[in-house]
Amino acid sequence: METTPAVSAGRDGSTAVTPGGDAPNELPEALTPEQLAAQWEEEKPPAAGPLANAASSLVVLGVGIGALVLSVAMGLGTLSAPQPGLWPFMASCVMVALGLFQLILGRHNRDAEKFTRMSFAPLIGLATLATMVALMPLIGFEIPALVLCVIWMKFLGGETWRSTILVSVVVVVAFYAIFILALGTSIPHLF
Amino acid sequence: MDFLNPVINGFSVVLEPMNLLYCLVGVVIGMLIGVLPGLGPAATIAILLPLTYGVEPVTAIIMLAGIFYGAQYGGTITSVLLRLPGEASSVVTVFDGYQMARQGKAGTALGLAAIGSFIGGTAAIIGLTFLAPLVAGFALDFGPPEYSALAMLGILLVATISGGSKAKALIAASVGLLLATVGRDIFTGESRFTFGSIQLADGIDFVPIAMGIFGLGEILYNLEERHRAAKAPSKVSNVWPSKAELKHASGAIGRGSVLGFFLGILPGGGATIASMASYAMEKKRAKQPERFGKGAPEGVAGPETANNAAATSSFIPLLTLGIPANATMALMFGALLIQGVTPGPQLVEQEPELFWGVVNSMYIGNILLLIMSLPLVGIFVRILRVRAAILAPITALITLLGAYTINNSMFDVTLVVVFGVVGYLMKKFGFEPGPLVLAFVLGELLESSLRRSLLVFDGDPTGFFTRPISATLLAVFVLVALMPGIRSAIAKRKGTTAASASAGDGTNNDGANNIKEKV
Repeated sequence: METTPAVSAGRDGSTAVTPGGDAPNELPEALTPEQLAAQWEEEKPPAAGPLANAASSLVVLGVGIGALVLSVAMGLGTLSAPQPGLWPFMASCVMVALGLFQLILGRHNRDAEKFTRMSFAPLIGLATLATMVALMPLIGFEIPALVLCVIWMKFLGGETWRSTILVSVVVVVAFYAIFILALGTSIPHLF
Repeated sequence: MDFLNPVINGFSVVLEPMNLLYCLVGVVIGMLIGVLPGLGPAATIAILLPLTYGVEPVTAIIMLAGIFYGAQYGGTITSVLLRLPGEASSVVTVFDGYQMARQGKAGTALGLAAIGSFIGGTAAIIGLTFLAPLVAGFALDFGPPEYSALAMLGILLVATISGGSKAKALIAASVGLLLATVGRDIFTGESRFTFGSIQLADGIDFVPIAMGIFGLGEILYNLEERHRAAKAPSKVSNVWPSKAELKHASGAIGRGSVLGFFLGILPGGGATIASMASYAMEKKRAKQPERFGKGAPEGVAGPETANNAAATSSFIPLLTLGIPANATMALMFGALLIQGVTPGPQLVEQEPELFWGVVNSMYIGNILLLIMSLPLVGIFVRILRVRAAILAPITALITLLGAYTINNSMFDVTLVVVFGVVGYLMKKFGFEPGPLVLAFVLGELLESSLRRSLLVFDGDPTGFFTRPISATLLAVFVLVALMPGIRSAIAKRKGTTAASASAGDGTNNDGANNIKEKV
């Protein structure tokens, strides 16, 4: 569906090309849709094993059962005189049932992705985002935003120092100009 | 002529300078994100939701709609030039579009796609103009039972038609339903799932959920899977297809318009499915199907027409029934709710300016896009050089700062980050985020209409089957829910009788299935 980002035609670990340099087109030219589809299939990130599938099903079950217990505690009432818990109870029943189904029958699904060495990037990304959220009320958004830009571009993106610093400074100045000067929002800022 | 008066008044709404400007902004952004692999239209719309707070509802929706159909135009460019589909709905364009580019006909492919998109989009708007009031009129006497059935069916269809595991998509939907219950119960006033938090007492806002799950989740996910830096070709020449080429592709464009229009209306349908169906149809109809995959112009014109027609017609269920047909439309629904407008059958009657303003803005948007994709295509090709590593922090910062501006609260920003993690993990473990957001948006409507219907029926759930429309909808619901079971039973029976017969054409189907799974 539309939410899926562009099909991952070009992303891969093994043939990664440094974003700075020229990207040579080293992949053989696929001629038919079938070959192309097979090539995309190969480039897909590795699928996670049954353990990851089971773990995700267990999380679903855990959340579902938690919601179920809380809904019952809120009171169910009857269909003609429902209490606040009835509707969440129905939704969490569906969730628990599907979680069980997934746990038993979905073990060998191939749609979950393995966490690889590349998965550190989102983790670091998340850490910088969390730090920014924590620091923004204290020291404003400028310095955390600059640090975030530098980390994302240089360390996660492999840009050169020159373009990293240049773009980061331009970005922060532009955001300051847009959000603080032009729009007059109350985003916490240092300067 | 009574019918046409509000339609014509709608044009005066569109032609207000502010609305024209936002229409332009929307289609330019849409075209840009279509060209840049990575963020899809849903993510972009989610990230830009805070922008819509300060403007009129009609202006906001004009811009968001522009992003949506603009992305369908932009996605073509990368498919044709680089074999990288910018959007899921342009995947099939790669097959013949890239081959045309290799034969030196990149301009022709882009030109055909742009003209096809324009015709498909325009045809769908005309269809929308006539069909939407009819559907809305029909739905005017829908009561709570019909709405409960319709909302349930909508959620189920979106969950089952989306790619990937259906059980997982339904789990995501049930999480969305539960999230919608957080806060005060509208019937009894009791707090639910607030865990004593004051900030949660009023429920969770739609915007932080959408920004987190669609926006930040996708940004984090893309960090892991870097897109290969695109090597942009220096220039594209001769985007105007010749008369003969246009004539050759006209059949594909015509069929694509009709097919796309109807597939777009169906819940769970939309641009991606429409483009695939059109490609399959063109290939089937062709006298020499072996030309497909080797640069057949119909293979570009058909799908590109269909995806645009579908993108446009998927506004029909949203604007007339108040039921979003796909995830992007769920975002539009959320954006309208924020503005205090509840989409539904009354919209055409009560807010004709909004309704016809949005519909008619699409004509203008399509004209703008045609201009941008034919003479100005070179500029967009140059944008391909912007690298993902530079875009990622910028989009992340827009998301965080934008989230703050909603209520001037850090709590919203924190929520966005939390839901960003949820969105990332969902993508990793194969849970579609679309059904979650859709179910969240429809959750309150579903609960309240379900409870109202039960009051009417005196607590008797069989009452739903005493009303013809809700009974039909529920019958379809049951049918769709049981479909996977029925299908596998049929496959099993077939499998035992004709196991050997199917081995022959297995290779061809595999390719098509792989593509389907990818999207």
